[in-house]
Amino acid sequence: MIRGINNALRRIPVWAVWLAGAVPFAVLLWDIFTGGLGVDPVQEVEHRLGQTALYFLIGGLAVTPLLRLTGVSLMRFRRAIGVICFAYALPHVLAWVVLDMGLLWGQMARDILKRPYLLFGMGSFLILIALAVTSNNLSLRRMGGQAWRRLHKLVYVAAPLAAMHWLWAIKVNEIAPIFWAAVIALLLASRLVIRRPMSWTRPARS
Amino acid sequence: MMKLNWSDVTPHRIFLDRRKFMAAGAAAVALPGLVRAQTINARPSPLSTDQTPNTFEEITNYNNFYEFGTGKEDPARNAGALTTDPWSVEVAGLVDRPGSYGVEDLAPDNALEERIYRLRCVEAWSMVVPWIGVPLASVLAKVGVQPSAKFVEFETLVRPEEMIGQQRAILDWPYREGLRLDEAMHPLTILATGLYDQPMPNQNGAPIRLVVPWKYGFKSIKSIVRINLLEREPVNTWKQLQASEYGFYANVNPQVDHPRWSQATERVIGAGLFGGRKETLMFNGYGDQVASLYAGMDLSVNY
Repeated sequence: MIRGINNALRRIPVWAVWLAGAVPFAVLLWDIFTGGLGVDPVQEVEHRLGQTALYFLIGGLAVTPLLRLTGVSLMRFRRAIGVICFAYALPHVLAWVVLDMGLLWGQMARDILKRPYLLFGMGSFLILIALAVTSNNLSLRRMGGQAWRRLHKLVYVAAPLAAMHWLWAIKVNEIAPIFWAAVIALLLASRLVIRRPMSWTRPARS
Repeated sequence: MMKLNWSDVTPHRIFLDRRKFMAAGAAAVALPGLVRAQTINARPSPLSTDQTPNTFEEITNYNNFYEFGTGKEDPARNAGALTTDPWSVEVAGLVDRPGSYGVEDLAPDNALEERIYRLRCVEAWSMVVPWIGVPLASVLAKVGVQPSAKFVEFETLVRPEEMIGQQRAILDWPYREGLRLDEAMHPLTILATGLYDQPMPNQNGAPIRLVVPWKYGFKSIKSIVRINLLEREPVNTWKQLQASEYGFYANVNPQVDHPRWSQATERVIGAGLFGGRKETLMFNGYGDQVASLYAGMDLSVNY
């Protein structure tokens, strides 16, 4: 069964993932131009971009536990998932800078230093920049596999920071940010608990 | 800092027509069967701002009313379930004539005034709302405040079967707010029963709510069922939840930041995607009228 799923997955070209990743952005553009963003379009644009980035970040984190637990491999798509995450994080930050803060650089700088949720968000974003610019074969070759892998393990820091960024920004306990923070904690913990593929994922010797 | 709005791109007349059309559409959705039938004629007040109010659609679809959910659209979606008639407000504490009052007793039709006020939320956004209501001072005069009373406490209805946000303990229900007596007696402070020429929409705090325009929006408690005159400072819900972030006075003050976001500037609802920010004014621009209430107080302590 797993082999069947993996064979089917192998037939999906990576560009299909890129295309799927563009769908939330297309929907957002559609809503911007048709007035579907409600009374406060600035906040809606900002929040949707940020949430979509987080969902792709979680998607990228889920690839390894899924492989170890079930044997289903999405490894071929992981780089695309990660870069799509950054492709939402970048306009999320730009939406904050341009639309929300209106380019008030002084206030933005003071706010980032003073407010934990912005500091967490910026920390996560800086890591994502480093991961995104090295997400190509040339960087992998130049840095060497070991160093490249070490760098990309920083995603284990970026994800909790992004979750705290959301949690710290809200006024009362809301379900969505708590749920996604728990999912991130679970995915990271699973890496410690499940260190190698489970026995049932290995195909029986023929 | 306020740059071009989308409204500057569209010819003004067409823009106005479109707003009218959208407002009518929103009203049609909100009040099926009685599309803007009940119009209220309130007399204009010199205390109104001459700034252009936000549209009916904006004011009624962007609300913080956690009794109906924490999202800004939740109240418009969920508040329709609330029964606002019959309604009574219990007046208690240090008053000469305590008891149960109807909305019409507190805010009779012939006393209604239109008060176009700026509204500044602690979340750093703002709008302009044409309220209809009566001065709170007139209500307090009616019930007879005793000399020992120093504070007024207000409470919102608790009815979880109609107010679905109350089915979770996100706040300590009922929502409570309070004013010092001189703040309550100030001519700017009103009890509102309508907006534009309509009875108060449920999501905006029907049938009767407080409006204190120089304080952050959360002070202006909605759907009031109890007014209590006290000698001591009452506890208000947000201060109770997080005293480091929300004070009792909650005056709009660009110099005192909320710990998690700056209060120096605000985003104007309706300004469009590239509306930018404008500077927040002390006491939300009502300083000339209310600053004297706080003479001698350290507003970074009493925030």
